[in-house]
Amino acid sequence: MAIFINENTPILIQGFTGRIGTFHSQEMIDYGSNVVGGVTPGKGGTTHLGRPVFNTVKGAVVETGAEASIVFVPPPFAADAIMEAADAGIKYCVCITDGIPAQDMIRVKRYMRRYKKEARMKLTGPNCAGTISPGRAMLGIMPGHIYKAGRVGIIGRSGTLGYEAASQMKALGIGVSTSVGIGGDPINGSSFRDILEEFEKDPETDMVLMIGEIGGPQEAEAGQYAAQHMKKPVAAYIAGLSAPKGRRMGHAGAIVSSFGESAAEKVEILKAAGVTICPTPADMGNTVAQVLATLKKVA
Amino acid sequence: MDIHEYQAKELLAKFGVPIPRGGLAYSPEQATYRANEIGGSKWVVKAQIHSGARGKAGGIKLCRNDHDLWSAADELLGKRLATIQTGPQGKLVSRLYIEEATDIDREFYLSYVMDRAAERIVVVASAAGGMEIEEISKKEPDSILRVAVDPAVGMQAFQAREIVFGLGIEPDLVQRVERLILGAYRAFRDLDATMVEINPLVITKDRNVLALDAKMSFDENALFRRPQISELRDKSQEDPRETYASDRGLSYVGLDGDIGCVVNGAGLAMATLDMIKLAGGEPANFLDIGGGASPERVQKSFRAVLKDKNVKALLVNVFAGINRCDWVAKGVVEAIREIDIKMPVVVRLAGTNHEEGRKILEQSNLPIITAENLREAAEKAVAAAKSAKAAA
Repeated sequence: MAIFINENTPILIQGFTGRIGTFHSQEMIDYGSNVVGGVTPGKGGTTHLGRPVFNTVKGAVVETGAEASIVFVPPPFAADAIMEAADAGIKYCVCITDGIPAQDMIRVKRYMRRYKKEARMKLTGPNCAGTISPGRAMLGIMPGHIYKAGRVGIIGRSGTLGYEAASQMKALGIGVSTSVGIGGDPINGSSFRDILEEFEKDPETDMVLMIGEIGGPQEAEAGQYAAQHMKKPVAAYIAGLSAPKGRRMGHAGAIVSSFGESAAEKVEILKAAGVTICPTPADMGNTVAQVLATLKKVA
Repeated sequence: MDIHEYQAKELLAKFGVPIPRGGLAYSPEQATYRANEIGGSKWVVKAQIHSGARGKAGGIKLCRNDHDLWSAADELLGKRLATIQTGPQGKLVSRLYIEEATDIDREFYLSYVMDRAAERIVVVASAAGGMEIEEISKKEPDSILRVAVDPAVGMQAFQAREIVFGLGIEPDLVQRVERLILGAYRAFRDLDATMVEINPLVITKDRNVLALDAKMSFDENALFRRPQISELRDKSQEDPRETYASDRGLSYVGLDGDIGCVVNGAGLAMATLDMIKLAGGEPANFLDIGGGASPERVQKSFRAVLKDKNVKALLVNVFAGINRCDWVAKGVVEAIREIDIKMPVVVRLAGTNHEEGRKILEQSNLPIITAENLREAAEKAVAAAKSAKAAA
């Protein structure tokens, strides 16, 4: 079933009735996502976009059986919204919000550990474009039409660079099983490694394209995981070759602060782990095509 | 966001971290006055800039009398102090911190960081103080102690004691250092810091514990709830190009090249810079227009990029998702007309409504160079910048 979401997944919108929530909810509904309702505290009992509005996530889950949620709540209240989803038994949550304080995210991650791993909500983001299983469901803010359905998984920190990759692939006739945005923040819900694990288990994914950037340990950790635990091939591009040390490049997490966090160092670590590196950001599609060609030869 | 040493010390002092007596001076006269106020017979005059390694750059001077104080202050004020961290252009010294000089017995390193792998606040300490942490981890890696704090309960006293005993603090000072470690942790947590560094933490010859130097950085995403921290911002320490952009809600980082970049999305912006480099050019900046690239935001971005006089050509790279290419194209055309841009402009539009966007650019009759994809865009921008340079 691709990963995380498909055409049947019942979806709840947190921050449903706001301007941004409304706009993207409509886009998701138009794409074919199974949006079953939304939450806006104080507006419970009303209807919005033809769907019921609830005061609490718990109430919404009881009434609609929602399994996934997407958070459009503003930064000061977003951590609370994520924890509410985790507590209500939501299985998969995407947080779009950009600008959540890092210590709030540390608390969120700690809070989620009160649930056993099997029962724990999976979170991607914050500060991401969301997740899409092309042709089936969209739980995000991306332009759905640039993704062709297929068998390559994409994991990326950046929204628009992910679009760039998907459209390069589409131009070559290559489709995507699921594309997951893990976001540009220093503390995020899921790491590259966490999502690689999901793709490795997914029978509808043949290989994975990882789009990383400067800052943090996650790309290197993912490389190690791929080398030790994955049968499926992984290709990667790391953005920020030209980024000066100690400067924050847009994303809160895109800053080289210690050894191993620059793009050049990450590329070396990934190469050593057997990951195929895209030589330039204009070659993400080509590189995926090459890896797929070698897969066909083996088969 | 960074702040000055004296500001960090004032904040830490409120959380029970002992600091030397000191005061701020904006003139040589004030410097001598402050020293007399503090009392004693030896003082240090410390240049307040957002950088470490000030000592080696001549930004910290030991003084024994009014004459020393006066001439130290006279030399430093108004100077651009260049350290290994600021680069050759240096940073402007407009404030001095005058502090009583201390007779140091032992020096320690203490810092608090947001550890991205542990997803916790981690306390780092070493008995090899006075050096930068990079140097300590090369020369004395075994001296480094690390303690991760559980965010559910905060730092515990036993964790502070582990550090105290690990550093080999003598029994008479154990409690005082323990209180200092816990106090600085609370400052980090309660003020939404991303980094606190006390280096060195010293024990003086007369058995005092003091934070001799202090640095703090803050989470910009948390400034909405820390107005007292926002007020500490000192724009004179920033690249003026970046101040202009950030005051207008744009995410901008100044670089040294000649191709001005206007891109939507941080990742795509970084990739665009990479592509320019790989095509043999040098980007002048990183710039993320942010969500909804309205004509107004495009124009703001152009103005911010053009503040940099080195820019010889502009590259616009937009992958429209929520925003539409026709909307962006309108913005580009308006910006070129209104700002009256004479240099070459390369535009690459992709995503929603890119056909309509291209039509608008073509029908504008402006000499806009269009590109089909990322590679072509970078190559055309590099060529345009080179010929503009040759023509100049």
